[in-house]
Amino acid sequence: MIGLSHYLVLSAALFSLGMLGLLTRRNAVVVLMSIELILNAANINLVAFSRYAAGNLGGQLFGVFVIVVAAAEVAVGLAIVLTLYRLRRTPNLDEADILKG
Amino acid sequence: MNAEAVVFWVLAIVTVGSAAVVVLSRTLIYSAFSLLFTFFGVAGLYVLLGADFLAATQLLVYVGGILVLLLFGVMLTHKIYDLDLKTGTTQLAPGLIVAGGLFIILAATAVRTQWAGVPKPPAPTTGEIGRLFLGEYLLPFEAASVLLLVALMGAALIVRRRRDA
Repeated sequence: MIGLSHYLVLSAALFSLGMLGLLTRRNAVVVLMSIELILNAANINLVAFSRYAAGNLGGQLFGVFVIVVAAAEVAVGLAIVLTLYRLRRTPNLDEADILKG
Repeated sequence: MNAEAVVFWVLAIVTVGSAAVVVLSRTLIYSAFSLLFTFFGVAGLYVLLGADFLAATQLLVYVGGILVLLLFGVMLTHKIYDLDLKTGTTQLAPGLIVAGGLFIILAATAVRTQWAGVPKPPAPTTGEIGRLFLGEYLLPFEAASVLLLVALMGAALIVRRRRDA
């Protein structure tokens, strides 16, 4: 019998993988992909709670808003990455230290 | 094991496995294509949870939009033919410790807590979601549309090549 905790553990695994990507990868595009993993994990949680605990559609509506924000985030994030690449000829986040004092 | 459990485990393996490839693969284009399978797996999980509208939205927005955008990001910052393009990792051991510890804490909490409630039988959600968006949730809905407009205009403005540069 698949219950709520199955979905929560799966979403925790997805979140932790995204976290690992954020912490260890240096390529800016892979970091954006890791953020997408984290947002997807949050969405699985919202939908699972909406089905198992709340019994209404509030979680699914939040899920739609999360997808909207993810789309906006990746558009702006990629714009910044491309501008950085044009400026520095590198997608490597470690070399983006212009603001470092 | 009933059919629901089989489908859940298959989707879980596909989702987590491809997400691991996204994070750990050293070849950038493998990460991008592996993300496709993660998004499909999550859409399948939405179907399993009875969220049919959200599953369709996931496919349209993530696979049709965000993934294509990320592929553009890969192509514009690298030579796409450079298949053995390697991207480095840094601080792998501390990152593994932090992410693994986080997973253990979250999973232990999820397993040990007594969750209340039993699932309702799945029903079509699209009509009800539409009613809620244009009724109770009208203000967040409109705010989200303005946010999308501003974000896309801002993105276009940031990447624009300046004349005087």
